[in-house]
Amino acid sequence: MAATLQRDEWKAFSDFLALGAAGILVVIGAILAIGGEDRAMAFHGCLLFGAAGLAFLYILTQVIEKKEAHDATSYADGVVRAGVIATIFWGIAGFLIGDVIAWQLAFPVLNLDLPWTNFGRLRPVHTSAVIFAFGGNALIATSLYVVQRTCRARLAGKWSPWFVFWGYQLFLVLAATGYILGVTQSKEYAEPEWYVDIWLTLVWVVYFLVFVATLAKRREPHIYVANWFYLAFIVTVAMLHIVNNLAVPISLLGSKSYVIYSGVQDAMTQWWYGHNAVGFFLTAGFLGMMYYFVPKRAERPIYSYRLSVVHFWSLIFIYIWAGPHHLHYSALPDWAQMLGMTFSIILWMPSWGGMINGLMTLSGAWDKLRTDPVIRILVVAVAFYGMSTFEGPLMSIRSVNALSHYTDWTIGHVHSGALGWVAYITFGALYCLVPWLWQRKALYSQRMVEWHFWISTLGILLYITSMWVSGILQGLMWRAYDQLGFLEYSFVETVEAMHPFYVIRATGGLLFLIGALLMTYNLWRTARGDEPLDAADQPSIAAAPEFRSASAE
Amino acid sequence: MAKRDSDRTEDVETTGHDWDGIKELNNPLPKWWLYVLYACIVWAIAYWILYPAWPLVSSYTKGTLGFSQRAVVAEQLEQSKAEKAGFREQIANNELAEIKANPELLNFALAGGAAAFGDNCAPCHGRGAQGAVGYPNLRDDAWLWGGSLDAIHQTIRYGIRADHPDTRNGQMPAFGRLGMLQPPQVNDVAEHVLSLSGNAEDQEAAERGGEMFTTNCAACHGADGTGNRELGAPNLADELWLYGGDKASIVETINNARGGMMPAWNERLDPATVKELAIYVHSLGGGE
Repeated sequence: MAATLQRDEWKAFSDFLALGAAGILVVIGAILAIGGEDRAMAFHGCLLFGAAGLAFLYILTQVIEKKEAHDATSYADGVVRAGVIATIFWGIAGFLIGDVIAWQLAFPVLNLDLPWTNFGRLRPVHTSAVIFAFGGNALIATSLYVVQRTCRARLAGKWSPWFVFWGYQLFLVLAATGYILGVTQSKEYAEPEWYVDIWLTLVWVVYFLVFVATLAKRREPHIYVANWFYLAFIVTVAMLHIVNNLAVPISLLGSKSYVIYSGVQDAMTQWWYGHNAVGFFLTAGFLGMMYYFVPKRAERPIYSYRLSVVHFWSLIFIYIWAGPHHLHYSALPDWAQMLGMTFSIILWMPSWGGMINGLMTLSGAWDKLRTDPVIRILVVAVAFYGMSTFEGPLMSIRSVNALSHYTDWTIGHVHSGALGWVAYITFGALYCLVPWLWQRKALYSQRMVEWHFWISTLGILLYITSMWVSGILQGLMWRAYDQLGFLEYSFVETVEAMHPFYVIRATGGLLFLIGALLMTYNLWRTARGDEPLDAADQPSIAAAPEFRSASAE
Repeated sequence: MAKRDSDRTEDVETTGHDWDGIKELNNPLPKWWLYVLYACIVWAIAYWILYPAWPLVSSYTKGTLGFSQRAVVAEQLEQSKAEKAGFREQIANNELAEIKANPELLNFALAGGAAAFGDNCAPCHGRGAQGAVGYPNLRDDAWLWGGSLDAIHQTIRYGIRADHPDTRNGQMPAFGRLGMLQPPQVNDVAEHVLSLSGNAEDQEAAERGGEMFTTNCAACHGADGTGNRELGAPNLADELWLYGGDKASIVETINNARGGMMPAWNERLDPATVKELAIYVHSLGGGE
């Protein structure tokens, strides 16, 4: 009796808190909408007002109807399903804009001569959409799924996980619309202005609390390695985000601010952030995903527990030092460049630890590469991870960097990691998750997964090989001198020489987008509950737990 | 605690944990992995000894090789300057004609001019100096302001319609916009301009336009329309058109006038480079 009463009180308190927070946000939104000193701020005030208003009304109806929360012993999968849908939506948006700007580089007329559609504004929309919107939603959704399963505990909080989800979507919309309207603080991968940064900080802290509180109520004696990686990702990204975005707004009602750092210190802070965004967002976070979905799908134990411990801690410790290799041959002091470079080399093996553990987990089950295209996507993701974490340290060596820096080689490197590793591991996780979350017997079509795999792998190969050739060509042309000591090529000649490679790259991007659209269709038919076309060909692990044949366990 | 993983041939123990069906084998670290990691660390330590690497309280470790990026750059710049020094000085101090007469100097000037052209002039005039609509072709002999070495040199130095007081400056009135000619008159003048190169579509109109051409245009373009380089007035009889030779383009020119501009390069480039550019442009085929 007392326990029920206490629970009811807690419930009422949490409803009250949620209502209060939404109410405050409605007021802040209204103030910004009316008092905003520039149109972007007023527009963003309207967005906040509308979003918080809807949230307030929704919470109110739930409280009035006294709806009993779902069975508190089951897993909270609603927010994960929402995350899966958001991941697919933003993925398609991000790939599409990426391919548009790739064609813009090949054919500048596609900039349309409009401020909102030129390369300079669309490029951050692409990078934020794929990294933070597609990747971020994938990480949030899978982390909230994995932490519940591996802790055997329901997600902590009633409203908080939903606040994390919707708050994050609002952050993405504020960021993307801001870029198109010209609101940016001009820091790569950290373009949103101060007020959007504050909002993301709030959302992220709640995300951290939800994750840690779920870990705290776990019913497993140990914390699974995937959760170490997810936690490292959440904690470090919070630190990076806050430190790099310290800025002074011109006015509390205006969108413009100035970063507190200047000169080379600003550059160093920016690339400490930028490099570790790669390290902790795109590497550690997705390794968390890998550590759950690869052994789960392959139904094999993780290869080496000891390796996972050693490579986790060495990765975490060493990654954070490597940022200066983005500023070779710049005003950054020599010692910082050298130190960054040496730590980048040391980082090679700690990064590869994840690849070894992923690939070796397949030993004894390599035949599944042939029979299960989802496994194949996951394994190719790990292979691309290994390739780009070898290429990264290589490019951090100063003499290599002298050739590669500022060229398309960098773009190719980033995309072998982004398309090959981040997107593929996410695709693999999505193909696993949708039947599991929507309680389906199998994917709608495994053949379509095959097509997706081959089309987008061809796309990735076109992309990265064209950028390797173009980048090295570009670097060599820039540094070519004639015998009298004059530059052999003018800059426009190097731009002209890039054209065919830009066309190939954009074609590769188009193939990748087509593959992702196939996946979207396949997953939509799966979630809708349509009869699978080839259920007999699929492994029993493809089915939701309740439909798996006993022999699989 | 530790259990055998039964479906595994190697017979490795697991750690005994089980998370949602996922177990962990207790394999040791791969040897090659560990040794490569150690090798990387050893390499890094060697590097720290040889090169600047670690920050100290108010300085940093300098390394035993005495490496400094700034020193390397300064040395390379010095070296490059020294290699060119003799030539650059002579070009700066000699007249254009003298440079042209000296094969060695000419060779150097052409190389330097080509490099400077690529980075400064090519964006408008094209990589091969072939020009574009509104940007003259520099390979032909149709010069607006003269094609001699000195004329080209002056044009590059002070620009066209630039801020410099000595800049080339010719201005055609916007006859249509300012109401100096009515639309039918503009049409007739355009036909007359076309007739100068034998391309008139309407002979009657061209004849009607003749008188207006004499009153309004001949002062600069000459009675026969062959232009005047003193004023930068283009030759209208040579079938070469900077802004297009179709009727609509010519009507647009008469209505609103044109007036492209080029910066005064002596404010951006050193005198020797400007001379090299003049010699290079002169050499492209149209030099007089």
